[in-house]
Amino acid sequence: MPLIKNGAFVEDSFVTVADDVELPTNGAIVSLARFQKDRDTLLARNAPLGIQLKSAESPETLGQDVHRLSLIVLEFPVFRDGRAFSWARMLRERLRFTGEIRGTGHFLYDQISYMRRVGFDAWDVADGFSLEQFERALHEMTNVYQPSADGQKTIRDLRAQRTS
Amino acid sequence: MYRYDEFDAQFVRERVEQFRYQVERRLSGELTEDEFKPLRLMNGLYLQLHAYMLRVAIPYGTLSARQLRMLAHIARKYDKGYGHFTTRTNIQYNWIKLVDVPEILADLASVEMHCIQTSGNCIRNVTADQFAGATDEEIEDPRPLAEIIRQWSSLHPEFVFLARKFKIAVGATEKDRAALLFHDLAVQIVKNAEGRVGYKVYAGGGMGRTPYLAQIMSEFVEREDILAYLEAVLRVYNQDSRRDNIHKQRIKILVNAIGVEEMRRRVQREFDEIKSNGTLQLPQQELDRIAAYFAPPAFEDLSDGEPSSLDPTFKDWYRQSISKHGQPGYAIATISLKPIGGVPGDANDHQLDAIADLMEEFGISEIRVSHEQNLVLPHVRKKDLAAVYKKLKALKLATPNAGLVTDIIACPGLDYCDLANARSIPVAQDIAKRFADLDRQHKIGELKIKISGCINACGHHHAGHIGILGVDKKGVEYYQLQLGGSGAEDASIGDVMGPGFTARDIGPAVERVIDTYLQLREDGERFLDTYRRIGMEPFKNMAYLEQTYAAH
Repeated sequence: MPLIKNGAFVEDSFVTVADDVELPTNGAIVSLARFQKDRDTLLARNAPLGIQLKSAESPETLGQDVHRLSLIVLEFPVFRDGRAFSWARMLRERLRFTGEIRGTGHFLYDQISYMRRVGFDAWDVADGFSLEQFERALHEMTNVYQPSADGQKTIRDLRAQRTS
Repeated sequence: MYRYDEFDAQFVRERVEQFRYQVERRLSGELTEDEFKPLRLMNGLYLQLHAYMLRVAIPYGTLSARQLRMLAHIARKYDKGYGHFTTRTNIQYNWIKLVDVPEILADLASVEMHCIQTSGNCIRNVTADQFAGATDEEIEDPRPLAEIIRQWSSLHPEFVFLARKFKIAVGATEKDRAALLFHDLAVQIVKNAEGRVGYKVYAGGGMGRTPYLAQIMSEFVEREDILAYLEAVLRVYNQDSRRDNIHKQRIKILVNAIGVEEMRRRVQREFDEIKSNGTLQLPQQELDRIAAYFAPPAFEDLSDGEPSSLDPTFKDWYRQSISKHGQPGYAIATISLKPIGGVPGDANDHQLDAIADLMEEFGISEIRVSHEQNLVLPHVRKKDLAAVYKKLKALKLATPNAGLVTDIIACPGLDYCDLANARSIPVAQDIAKRFADLDRQHKIGELKIKISGCINACGHHHAGHIGILGVDKKGVEYYQLQLGGSGAEDASIGDVMGPGFTARDIGPAVERVIDTYLQLREDGERFLDTYRRIGMEPFKNMAYLEQTYAAH
């Protein structure tokens, strides 16, 4: 599946590993269940580690371990399940996670800009999805009314600038 | 009233283009109907029985004459010449073509209106007291806060794919005209012991399959913290709500599953964190800036004498339609959209245009929509009332029944709605005709009948003094009676009487229930008071005596 990160298609240096499959020597993405079971071994590996969370799994269960992870993948089982929007903000704002937050699963073109606003910076996109579409999705709406994890200036900030 | 600045205008314009692109992708087949559905719903577009229905947001129910004219124009150009005002103080059009929607949105944007979040699993259009800014009962006008909430909630990135819809109302009086406790979240503007103005927040109310009254989340939230508090409630809801059963995904289910104490604890934790981040603080300066838009019109110094008219019917209209204004010489006038035998909440393009003319002629800068599906002229000079009445009468907009038994709330029901099990409109029409006699209505006094065509309760049947719920039994429409509900400050959920009545029997059953009240009431009691005193039994005993009226 093509991966968009920092506004460009990039090679995915991680492999998603099923719970019963042996880990590769390079970057691996494992489930929360596997992480909880093999935490110490996984953290002791000399390779980047990612965890994929299902939409019902709060990143809060990871606690301070998030800082030892390179990547957290948030899953959309169906685009209507919007919990990942809160999980991403929690990762950025409460847990201060600075690594990659990747969206995967069933999300729509129309959700990409919301995803970016709450802290996602990487997207597993469908084959054939173009960078032009990605850019368009991010720029449909120029301004925003509410502060979020992206730090974008809000309309209130812009109003204050205008009058000062 | 609020006016868009360049940022609001650009936002709504871009939103139109965003939706235009979504429609294009649907028409080209790029989007499946399943994928398009939540996108169109977030823009108020439903697929109903016969056509698309478009719901236009009327934030906190406030409109200018110019906006009213645009609503008339849309009814004329894109629909069959009429619109329907809803219990969410919006207007909906029932005969819309998908290809026209982007143009309609562009027309709306030209008068600072939109359809953003009038449906879908997101924060819906915010409602408020229809007498806001006009009644002397309020601590302050609730609309500035409602507007601040409107902006904060518009395309909020975290909360556009919630588990279910989320409805917010704001009130500022002890008397509740906005059905606060039936909302997912309600903010009541209050003063604390030190006389400081702040907000009492309720959450977890709602109607539908499992009705609950909202419970107190916080007795007092400071002004500057209100958005942080709302964001905290929404975050807990988004994270913790069930997602496995559509009937159990409203916040009311969460609050009642974990208990209000635990809900408060979770909200408090989020609130403390959001507050410490500081980005959502609402400076007094910003509140003042928004409040300035809602400054009352320059009132004239007028005497407060009672108006008179040569038209003998004026008195009846005055008695029901006029409410006390905070300013001497002024009145609040309710325009009933409940003509006897008409469709509750409907208005045609000619009427909407004519009301706009009337507003301009009498210097009335704005008009309100109430959740009871009526319109309200908030600032009318008392000396103009007779002339206003004359004009309204000519427009068939002067039915003197506001607050009486024929002022019925009804959802569109099976005549239009895809979700409905039974028709609502013919039942409302039948009941209104039975009680058409004004003397009889006066004798009965305040009595709120509310009719929903299905369990989703758009017609607020749970909050009716008499609630009527349409159900489907093997392809036949039946109507259940509920008694004792209230959407006011004495909020309560109605009790189900028993087995349903047929479409033919429901009207007579309502008459028998009301006759029972007239026989058993004590001095000064409203229907609701009598019911609360004597309970269901006497009403039930009479309601099922179907043959009582057979001889008539």
